Amino acid sequence: MDGTRDDPEPVLQAVGIDKYFGPVRALTNVHFAARAGEIVALIGDNGAGKSTLINVLTGVLPHDGGEIVFDGRPVRLSSPQEARALGIETVYQDLAIAPHLDAVANIFLGRELRLPGPLGALGFLDRRRMLKETEEQLGRLRVRVPGLGRRMTTLSGGQRQGVAVARAVMWASKVVIMDEPTAAFGVAQTGQVLDLMRQVRDTGIPVVFISHNMPHVFEVADRIVVLRLGEIVEELDPKSASIDDAVRAMTGSTRFTGVGIKAEFVARTGEGRSVGNA
Amino acid sequence: MATPNAGSATQQPAVEATPIGQRLAALLSSGFTFLILAALCLVFAVLQGAKFANPNNAQNIAIDASQLLLLTVGVTFVIVTAGVDLSVGSVLIFSAVVAAKVMVRFAGSAEEVRAYEFPNQEVAIPLGLAAGVLAGTAWGLLNGVLITKLKMPSFIVTLGTLGMALGAAQLLSNGTTIPNVPQDVQLKLGLRELVGFDVGDYRIRLTPPVLVATIVVVLAALALGRTRFGRYTYAIGSNAAAARRVGINVDRHLIKVYGLSGLLAGVAGGFDLLRFGTASVGSHQADNLAAISAAVIGGTSLFGGLGTIGGSVIGAFIPAVLRNGLVISGVAPFWQQVAIGAILILAVYLDQRRRRAEERM
Repeated sequence: MDGTRDDPEPVLQAVGIDKYFGPVRALTNVHFAARAGEIVALIGDNGAGKSTLINVLTGVLPHDGGEIVFDGRPVRLSSPQEARALGIETVYQDLAIAPHLDAVANIFLGRELRLPGPLGALGFLDRRRMLKETEEQLGRLRVRVPGLGRRMTTLSGGQRQGVAVARAVMWASKVVIMDEPTAAFGVAQTGQVLDLMRQVRDTGIPVVFISHNMPHVFEVADRIVVLRLGEIVEELDPKSASIDDAVRAMTGSTRFTGVGIKAEFVARTGEGRSVGNA
Repeated sequence: MATPNAGSATQQPAVEATPIGQRLAALLSSGFTFLILAALCLVFAVLQGAKFANPNNAQNIAIDASQLLLLTVGVTFVIVTAGVDLSVGSVLIFSAVVAAKVMVRFAGSAEEVRAYEFPNQEVAIPLGLAAGVLAGTAWGLLNGVLITKLKMPSFIVTLGTLGMALGAAQLLSNGTTIPNVPQDVQLKLGLRELVGFDVGDYRIRLTPPVLVATIVVVLAALALGRTRFGRYTYAIGSNAAAARRVGINVDRHLIKVYGLSGLLAGVAGGFDLLRFGTASVGSHQADNLAAISAAVIGGTSLFGGLGTIGGSVIGAFIPAVLRNGLVISGVAPFWQQVAIGAILILAVYLDQRRRRAEERM
């Protein structure tokens, strides 16, 4: 369950993580790994602990037991900045973009390039170089964002998400974590995001994909890890497992006969409908 | 990339990628306030001829606008962060009183000062002006610290410091104009002709207040538009949570922004001494609202994330031109306040319409 196959060394690993919120046990002895060259999906019902685990892995929340291992070394992440400094980037469900700024400004937000020389020392921005690097990176990732100089308010929801995804991908040197990245998307844009995830994986950077949408998960994931009530209950191979299996593992209702119907319901309506704040 | 004109290297990149429609809309809305300013000048020029449209009067307007300009620039930064600073008028008064008190205290002995002799005024005047700027900055930093560390709304905190700074100024001055301020602060410094040239029968003189206001405007426009400081100011006003997530120290930046607003109010307080040779607690009590109105007329959004120094400059000049033109026309200058109120409402209405249209694109 914690990666016994002959896989490459995990880039980011949770080893026996426990997390309490007061008396409530949110995570119990969680082992989770993201390896180079894979898309690992993290699925679970609302409240299963997906977001808690991600928050622990990205330095947003401290954990109570176990350790985080990054590139083979145990690390302590006490802030999201520390996680980002290691090359771990997250696309948040609520996007976390500044709508009044343009795409370039959002992509470089917090890491602005400054002009060389004394002007740069005074804080003057190198807007030309930021635009150029954004164009190059987006071109390399084959992400299309119309009007890089346009305020984000003038872009569609899908285009904004594209910028948020592109920002994470552009800066992630080690791991990309995507929390429901397809939730706001139409069919075409979802396809683009899934393609983007494959491209990132193919560059050797692991992608952690959190989603409620089983068809998306089964389309793109190399491995599926199921969380239930704060514990890893199963690891599935999407090539052999079915959506039914995944839903059974998520809900724990292995013996119920109605599971097939529920699985189909989730499969058909998964997008948006069961998106929660687990 | 689908960016139009990506090959041309001569244009500004950010503008280059902007579609024509949005650029037109932006031009129209920032142009609207400029059109009002131009129309006002034109109307007064036509009605009053050379009485209004002469170089000397233009200079008077510039001097008259300089103080409000400083307050408006500071308040623009604050409003772009989605905050508000109601204290700037009171801080201006407090700074002016502190500057005047320091000048009086250090210009000579009590007897000398009472006899209008100021043996140490070469030291006392700059010292007083610096003390005023420091006092203003201190109020601004206090605003910033209270807002960020106590997590209080800026409206409440600056409403509180508005009262505190005004009360403290009245305590320091016993509620009256500070007497026995060295006159040279006005005569030798405030009215000093730095550069002068003759235009026909008129003499154009560049004085320190106008020079200082011009420098502040240019630096502020560069800081807001071209530097990381400005970028963070917009980002915090646009989405403070997103700014925090990318590692921007939002609290520290906000403290700097409120500090800047206080600093500029302190400089504006010094202008009272430069222009009038004294500090009075009676005026400037509505300057905070005048500055906020000017910023908003100039296109700054009270919801944050939007605004430019150029727009605020236009917004600050409209009341100055109105007041000047009405006085010259022999109309009660109180109409200026009526007109500014109407322009404020109209400007924000048009801006809202433009923004809705833009978001539909």
